Amino acid sequence: MVVMGGKEIIQLDDVNFYYGECRALSNISMKFVKNKVTALIGPSGCGKSTLLRVLNRMNDLIDGTKVEGKIFFEGKNIYAPDVDPVEIRRKIGMVFQKPNPFPKTIYNNISYGPKLAGLGVEDMDTLVEQSLRQAVLWDEVKNILNKSAMNLSGGQQQRLCIARALAMKPDVLLMDEPTSALDPISTAKIEELIEALKKDYTIIIVTHNMQQAARISDETAFFYMGNLIEYNKTEKIFTNPDMKQTEDYITGRFG
Amino acid sequence: MKWRYFKQSVFFSLVRASALIITLALGGIIFYIFYNGYSVISWDFITKPPTDSMTKGGIMPAIIGTIYLTLGAIAIGLPLGIASAVYLTEYARQGKVVRAIKIGINCLAGVPSVVFGLFGLGFFVIFLKFGSSILAGSLTLGFLILPTIIGASEEALKSVPQTFREASLSLGVSKWQTTYRIVLPNALPGILTGSILGIGRAAGETAPIMFTAAAFFTSKLPGSVFDEVMALPYHVYVLSTAGTNIEATRPIQFGTVLVLVAVVLGIDLIAIIIRGYMRRNKRW
Amino acid sequence: MNRRIKETVIKHAFFLFALVSVIVLGLIVLSLFREGLPVFKQVSLKDFVFGMEWYPTYDPPSFGIFPLIFGSFIVTLLATVIAVPLGVLAAIYISDITPRPAVRESLKSVIELLAGLPSVVLGFFGMVIVAPWLQETFDLPTGLNIINASVILAIMAIPTISSISEDALYSVPQEFKEASYALGATKFETITKVILPAALSGISTAVMLGMARSIGETMVVLMVAGGAAAIPESIFDSVRPMPASIAAEMGETPYGSSHYHALFAIGVVLFFLTLSFNLIADYVSHKFRQTGSATL
Repeated sequence: MVVMGGKEIIQLDDVNFYYGECRALSNISMKFVKNKVTALIGPSGCGKSTLLRVLNRMNDLIDGTKVEGKIFFEGKNIYAPDVDPVEIRRKIGMVFQKPNPFPKTIYNNISYGPKLAGLGVEDMDTLVEQSLRQAVLWDEVKNILNKSAMNLSGGQQQRLCIARALAMKPDVLLMDEPTSALDPISTAKIEELIEALKKDYTIIIVTHNMQQAARISDETAFFYMGNLIEYNKTEKIFTNPDMKQTEDYITGRFG
Repeated sequence: MKWRYFKQSVFFSLVRASALIITLALGGIIFYIFYNGYSVISWDFITKPPTDSMTKGGIMPAIIGTIYLTLGAIAIGLPLGIASAVYLTEYARQGKVVRAIKIGINCLAGVPSVVFGLFGLGFFVIFLKFGSSILAGSLTLGFLILPTIIGASEEALKSVPQTFREASLSLGVSKWQTTYRIVLPNALPGILTGSILGIGRAAGETAPIMFTAAAFFTSKLPGSVFDEVMALPYHVYVLSTAGTNIEATRPIQFGTVLVLVAVVLGIDLIAIIIRGYMRRNKRW
Repeated sequence: MNRRIKETVIKHAFFLFALVSVIVLGLIVLSLFREGLPVFKQVSLKDFVFGMEWYPTYDPPSFGIFPLIFGSFIVTLLATVIAVPLGVLAAIYISDITPRPAVRESLKSVIELLAGLPSVVLGFFGMVIVAPWLQETFDLPTGLNIINASVILAIMAIPTISSISEDALYSVPQEFKEASYALGATKFETITKVILPAALSGISTAVMLGMARSIGETMVVLMVAGGAAAIPESIFDSVRPMPASIAAEMGETPYGSSHYHALFAIGVVLFFLTLSFNLIADYVSHKFRQTGSATL
């Protein structure tokens, strides 16, 4: 097992994951460190997105999947039989590859989660403003909060989705290639945002973009064919990786 | 011209002729009914009961009866149909049970309307002792249109993007709340327009209500769901086959047919127009 | 934990709702048998199905429904012969020939509205328009006969056949068509040699469902088939298909009489006939489903 400096928040203990007969993750053991940005990289189909969705039990929703092993979140196994996945997802938020706002107003997109989770928010207006400010979207939308979120640009929609996740006040934010559907300017904004968010949140991000991983992450994990090949400080991975496969991948020799 | 192009042009003519024949059949039937029926239509015809052994007067009780039966069928078919579709698309895991339910729904869709009538008679009217009544007729019609509503609802639910469900669930919102707050509201317009076609069918069916709800003649309006009612489709059948003077009541027959066609095709046309509008303005 | 219990309860409640269709199907079978089986105390199954004489009100009555079964089959077959070419060709027009979306959408709406016409209206049309015309033109004793019923039934079956065929034609992969054109085939050759064979299972399903619809249709055969419970000698003779017999006689039959039970027994025969048509259609559409170019 690779050990990182800092306080761990999520720990995987010999995790296997199956889609039907097909094994998508093999014997993954690793720790994610609190208040750091961890990048998951690797070629398509290597299991990095699957891993992300195992962490908040989103894969429960797919028929015929199976998880083996243990995943501890703040010391508790989230796959223990008495654990409610809904509770886990409140603490571990997620941002998807394609911006997916609800066809509701901007305001209602943000207030939707806290309201239904029964968090007992006393001042919803403040929470909405706070979340939008955190996602650096407030100034652009403060006058159109009652307009449909579908009218926003792609980059704005993605920041709205981040704000929506932040409104639940999660501990961890999972991001599944959050900039792959966006233009370079929107991408830069979201990268700045991630940088700013890490003092309050633990961020785990899947990315296809090597430069992005190098720019924004503290730790990087390289996956290949469902195996964790190498996991280390980002600097180390991108300058002097231990494994030949990692080097081949980050220098663009395959993938 | 070469032989193969000659064959092609003959074939294309046949294809176009078929399209034309079908269009003319619909147009011809509607035109003929309208042409013969419109002169009978008046305010009195729609608002007055029949008189003189149904050889004169209006068709008001039949209109009211059809409205009651149709509303009853909606009240039974729509909630059951939507709930079934929610189970099949949102909750069920693919497997033998779901396959069996789907075959059951397909078989139910194929049951002839007269068999539904027999079922309604044997089960609701006689076994449950509802008598020939609005209740028995509505239940029979409601189950008749159930497969249509399930099909329309399934299609509408499937067209709600999976990403909406994922976004909601990832926020820690429960499955039911996600279904109720996100999936159903977005599917509802599609469910309703799809179901309207089934509802039009309920309004126009005759065989299922013949032995379960329809009265030959009543001058008073129903007082409870256990009363018999007149209904437009049955009224057409009665007037044109068993009336006291079939030839003399021809105009009334045409008038009744016109009202029935206007009601049923009006319902269908609204559904078709709304659906076209929704497709053009789809946001996702 | 409370929420998980609630979610489980909701899930099971929805499952029960989904079972309603199956339960209703079961109740239909049960009701038909409960009311229909007693007739076999009076008549054997063989004499019921193959008996040539349907005199339910005579004393003693005679419950042979073969003429009714024959009547159902003859009008269904003839209706299918008329409806299949029209329906399939219209489907080809919609899916592969018309270049303009507006024309395509209009024809689809026409077919949908045709499907929406109440059967009693079509029966009325057959009775008031088609029958007198047939009677005069061919100098017949009555215009209420096999050919009239078949034509009207065909109008009812066309929408079913056409819309399901169109789905099948539409789902033939584009690369098949392109491959055919690339080899220099004409549009006609592509349609008959490539598209139609690829869509054959879907079209067969459409035909089966169209036949199921015709055989179970009641008001049309009740109003225009003429009502003679005898084996016909020509297509201008009257017949009394099964649904017509049920609908016409149920109103005048005392509850619990053997005639009443016999009508339910006809319902059993009709139910299982349409059920087998539907199951065959379901089997054909699943067994031979074209899932993509790779499966050929």
